Amino acid sequence: MSNNPTTPGIQSARLSGAVLETNFADLHAPLDTHEAHVAADRCYFCHDAPCQVACPTAIDIPLFIRQIMTGTPEAAAKTIFDQNILGGMCARVCPTEELCEEACVREAAEGRPVEIGRLQRYATDRLMARNSHPFTRAEPTGRRVAVVGAGPAGLACAHRLAMKGHEVVVYDHRAKAGGLNEFGIAAYKSTDDFAAREVSWLLGIGGITIETGKGFGAGLALEALQAEFDAVFLGIGLAGVNALRAPGEGKAGVEDAVSFIAELRQAEDLSALPVGRNVVVIGGGMTAIDAAVQSKLLGAESVTIAYRRGAERMGASQFEQDLAASRGVRILTNVMPKAVHGNGAVAEIELEYTAEIDGRLQGTGETFRLPADQVFKAIGQTLEGAPGALELQGGKIRVDAAQRTSVAGVWAGGDCASGGEDLTVTAVAEGRDAAEDIHATLMAAG
Amino acid sequence: MADLTTTFLGITSPNPFWLASAPPTDKEYNVRRAFEAGWGGVVWKTLGSEGPPVVNVNGPRYGAIWGADRRLLGLNNIELITDRDLHRNLEEITRVKKDYPDRAVIVSIMVPCEEEAWKAILPLVEATGADGIELNFGCPHGMAERGMGSAVGQVPEYIQMVTEWCKTYYSKPVIVKLTPNITDVRYPARAAFRGNADAVSLINTINSITSVNLDAMSPEPMIDGKGTHGGYCGPAVKPIAMNMVAEIARDPETTGKPISAIGGVTTWRDAAEFMALGAGNVQVCTAAMTYGFKVVQEMISGLSQWMDEKGYTSTQDFIGMAVPNVTDWQYLNLNYVTKAKIDQEACIKCGRCYAACEDTSHQAIEMSADRVFTVKDEDCVACNLCVNVCPIEGCISMEELALGALDERTGETVKPYANWTTHPNNPDAVTAAE
Ligand SMILES: Cc1cc2nc3c(=O)[nH]c(=O)nc-3n(C[C@H](O)[C@H](O)[C@H](O)COP(=O)(O)OP(=O)(O)OC[C@H]3O[C@@H](n4cnc5c(N)ncnc54)[C@H](O)[C@@H]3O)c2cc1C
Ligand SMILES: Cc1cc2nc3c(=O)[nH]c(=O)nc-3n(C[C@H](O)[C@H](O)[C@H](O)COP(=O)(O)O)c2cc1C
Ligand code: SF4
Repeated sequence: MSNNPTTPGIQSARLSGAVLETNFADLHAPLDTHEAHVAADRCYFCHDAPCQVACPTAIDIPLFIRQIMTGTPEAAAKTIFDQNILGGMCARVCPTEELCEEACVREAAEGRPVEIGRLQRYATDRLMARNSHPFTRAEPTGRRVAVVGAGPAGLACAHRLAMKGHEVVVYDHRAKAGGLNEFGIAAYKSTDDFAAREVSWLLGIGGITIETGKGFGAGLALEALQAEFDAVFLGIGLAGVNALRAPGEGKAGVEDAVSFIAELRQAEDLSALPVGRNVVVIGGGMTAIDAAVQSKLLGAESVTIAYRRGAERMGASQFEQDLAASRGVRILTNVMPKAVHGNGAVAEIELEYTAEIDGRLQGTGETFRLPADQVFKAIGQTLEGAPGALELQGGKIRVDAAQRTSVAGVWAGGDCASGGEDLTVTAVAEGRDAAEDIHATLMAAG
Repeated sequence: MADLTTTFLGITSPNPFWLASAPPTDKEYNVRRAFEAGWGGVVWKTLGSEGPPVVNVNGPRYGAIWGADRRLLGLNNIELITDRDLHRNLEEITRVKKDYPDRAVIVSIMVPCEEEAWKAILPLVEATGADGIELNFGCPHGMAERGMGSAVGQVPEYIQMVTEWCKTYYSKPVIVKLTPNITDVRYPARAAFRGNADAVSLINTINSITSVNLDAMSPEPMIDGKGTHGGYCGPAVKPIAMNMVAEIARDPETTGKPISAIGGVTTWRDAAEFMALGAGNVQVCTAAMTYGFKVVQEMISGLSQWMDEKGYTSTQDFIGMAVPNVTDWQYLNLNYVTKAKIDQEACIKCGRCYAACEDTSHQAIEMSADRVFTVKDEDCVACNLCVNVCPIEGCISMEELALGALDERTGETVKPYANWTTHPNNPDAVTAAE
């Protein structure tokens, strides 16, 4: 190993393979059976349980925990998958501290909720290890549905439609299915190629064809899909990224955080992946945290997150912020990028303090510079590639409560659609609900 | 620190914690270590007649019930009496008693129900210098099939007869250990005292099957694909044992007679409860088998702290204190009215009280849209179920209605004490209610 964290510039192999392996191991080690029983025993089996209400997919949490407690984790997993076919991924990536576990009455009582996420993982891992698919398809309906985007929303929609007996073709312009599960989620949340394994397990239902390398702007047009299929579902996520709008943004070393993460997720060998000595991440959401933490884990000497508002406004949860801090990431708040300096490649970033005056965020005029070999932009993703016929709302495809778009016969869900938070679990819920409405619509049409 | 010295049947031990006759007291090695750990006395593992000893199974002899974190809640066993030679046991007892004169050493005995058998063993036991004997009329498995143990304990006439033999051929205290595998424990207890027993001890283990292996379709513990009922003990049996102790303590024919309480004693509190119900001391088996001899240190420190707090200077001060308050249902005050009250500050909004009351009781709890749970006094019958299912101790309490206050459920005011014996709905009422 020739490089180390202090090697100047953007370098690969700052850490040994063994250290990288530990750094990128499972964030939460899986529970063993005994631990799961002890954790499950803490559940009070609440009436009209607040955790279930807090789950965007409304998993019957008290029931599945009780099924774990009585030694039937496979039945527990079935309870989970009934509501959320990507319950395995959600168990790993959901910000449970802001969802089910925040609502847990034991959180209120003692500040320590039932470990719902880890229990969900325990159950789903066990059923998935059986390598058999727990659902069967209804009699074929003869109807065909096109799904564009093979992320959580598209996959959940496709699975529910297939279950109902419809034929589904899923198109995605990338080379692999999975969406951000495959290309975005932090590596230590989805280890051992889980995203890909989950997709192939999900396809075990049958009746779903995946066509990669095809999408809007890559050979597909909405009108043609509408002509060929009985219904269309769009789950294309947010493919664009916001610009910094600071001078020097074009210098080498200024990159999109999502692209960096995608590259990291696809890397066969993490020691071949270059990372800066001094990394600065601009943003305050989950993407910013993930880019920062993973840079640090790759061996960057210093990693700083610069967020333009106060910590309480950050999109990343307290847990995520603590995680970053525990990995040695420095979080600066109330600062915004003013300029990127450097001769061709970035060498420094200039930040300006901000203050909220009359509800508007403004620079105070006071600036300072941080050394930076690499600057990651994580200031939000934007809708890109959505067919022009669709009405938008707040920069996203406008949908109603049943996930219907403004165009008849076209549904949308997940990050690309209006409503709901940009989370894996929300995408699953919306994809599933769209499938139910598509099914009802197609069947009513006779 | 309160002095725990307890004298039972004239036998003084430094504390009321004795080890029950069982594996912990099977040999000199164990008993010496138990005494070093602080146990006040032991009842030696049951001895049988002279000759080839009994044999035990060579596969698993215990089954168990656990809580989620493997806390042992109940244990069951198919072990028999000692499988070691009689004379070896007697020599060991003699040595141990000589070295520990301040500790109680009681010898448990189970021999066939024939006078000659008892006449033969009792002088040998007397010669050890042990402080007394305990007659094992309780063992529910194996020995019962041979006409011993609970086969004797289930027939009051046999109990009386054997006790009389022992009082004839043995000079020191005789304790009769009772089996719980009967319908009314007062009958065997009365028989023991009619036979001049100095005390009864109870309970021995309860007939039980702890679990069924659903692959092999056999009860556990499984011996070569088959299982048999075993004796149940440990924390799970304590409520049953306490009732039996209390029944004997308040039976007019046996009240005030010495009782050594056994069954699920695991902490100092269990011991205090048994003693409040009339036991002169307690015996412990499963707790020692689960945690080792050291548990007695918690029992000693806990009991003396509690006694200090209560101002008791001797265990005699509280023995039997709860007995007058154990009564029959018919004497309970039917004019005592309480209502459940939920402390909104303490409530964590789990809704368990609501599910319990709404689905299975009296629909007396209201749930608001924002999960505030309140008791409807007009429907609450004070059953206590909500208190029992609430995960937060002290969150739901039972508030007593004062004399003269209105009970919104019945529309009547609270009246002075009156019980079922005089209730108008009682066809056998002795006098009509006022
Ligand atoms: C770095 C990062 C970390 C995250 N971490 C978490 C987390 O820990 N927990 C959590 O709950 N959420 C997290 N999220 C959010 C979560 O990943 C998304 O909310 C979720 O993936 C949305 O699912 P989706 O199906 O709507 O979109 P996506 O997952 O984005 O999937 C969209 C799919 O559509 C395809 N597509 C896009 N455009 C086209 C087109 N024109 N034609 C054809 N196909 C197209 C894409 O290739 C992709 O496969 C994170 C997001 C990011 C960026
Ligand atoms: C393995 C085992 C063997 C026992 N053997 C005897 C015995 O030989 N003689 C006897 O009187 N009681 C015997 N008992 C019963 C105990 O002395 C005691 O009455 C019973 O276990 C209840 O007490 P506990 O709940 O503290 O265990 C035995 C109990 C166990 C668990
Ligand atoms: S005491 Fe019984 S009846 Fe009254 S509120 Fe509680 S559960 Fe309902």
